[in-house]
Amino acid sequence: MKNIKYLLVGVLFGTVLTKTEAVSWFRIQEMFRFQSFHMYGIIGSAIAVGMISILLLRKFNIKALNGEAIVIPDKQFNKGSIIGGTIFGMGWALAGACPGPLYSLLGAGYSIIIVPILGALLGTWTYSYLRPKLPH
Amino acid sequence: MLEILKQPWPWYVSGPLIGISVPLLLVFGNKMLGISSSLRHTCAAVAPFNIQFLKYNWKAEMWNMFFVLGILIGGFVGGVLLRNDVPIDLSAQTITDIKNLGVNSFEGLLPADIFSWESLFTVKGFIIMVLGSFLIGFGARYAGGCTSGHAIMGISSLQWPSLVTVIFFFIGGLLMTHVIAPLIYQFL
Repeated sequence: MKNIKYLLVGVLFGTVLTKTEAVSWFRIQEMFRFQSFHMYGIIGSAIAVGMISILLLRKFNIKALNGEAIVIPDKQFNKGSIIGGTIFGMGWALAGACPGPLYSLLGAGYSIIIVPILGALLGTWTYSYLRPKLPH
Repeated sequence: MLEILKQPWPWYVSGPLIGISVPLLLVFGNKMLGISSSLRHTCAAVAPFNIQFLKYNWKAEMWNMFFVLGILIGGFVGGVLLRNDVPIDLSAQTITDIKNLGVNSFEGLLPADIFSWESLFTVKGFIIMVLGSFLIGFGARYAGGCTSGHAIMGISSLQWPSLVTVIFFFIGGLLMTHVIAPLIYQFL
């Protein structure tokens, strides 16, 4: 199964998110009130490690396991970065979670989180439906 | 060892471990870290309804579904197998502010007075859980990614559109936390 390795990265990712309390509504409230360094430390050090890793992959011209060169596509800037970004941030603060934590919280046994997962799916579907009419 | 793992993990341990997922996914198969895409793939698989944005070969993105299934299993590992019952070490001011919103349950990862099946049938609980998550799904796709895809993957690969997007994540989050949410908690 070629996809098992991605599942294992997910298990690491989800375990870490949960044990460091980044999945907690309380920590998100604290973050948006600038009352603790905790969440900023997590995001900042994750970015630092990600950045250094990518620099090293490029410097040593490391290939993917299947022999392909590693290619990172450009992220596109459009009005969605601003409007969608603001909408996402409002949801992040209100529900106190972003998509990764929603999955982890369900796994941690909070059955009620099935509701926000369905809500996020409904939001995704609604965006897809309205997309031709929205400014981009 | 198990007792140490059960303690809350400090940011300088967890942040780098999260960051490591970026090169792991790249080396394993040229995959970009991103979680909200899984919501789109699910919509494309379950309810495409001839919507242009949902007509694509989602089966080619199965790796992403395995990845988020792993994140769910990780929640079980971290939240059940390595569970500890020590309350979260929040700042005193945060606890005061949260109590001022009328939230008084500080056990576990989520406040039970908002995140419960009973609360779902109150106006406040419904708005926080359903509207909040709707905005997450809608906004993430509109912005082309969420915290993982933009804040971690995007900024790590020095992409300025991701930095701008993350700045607007925070503008939206601050607006909600300091202006809109207090009204929701006060009047609903």
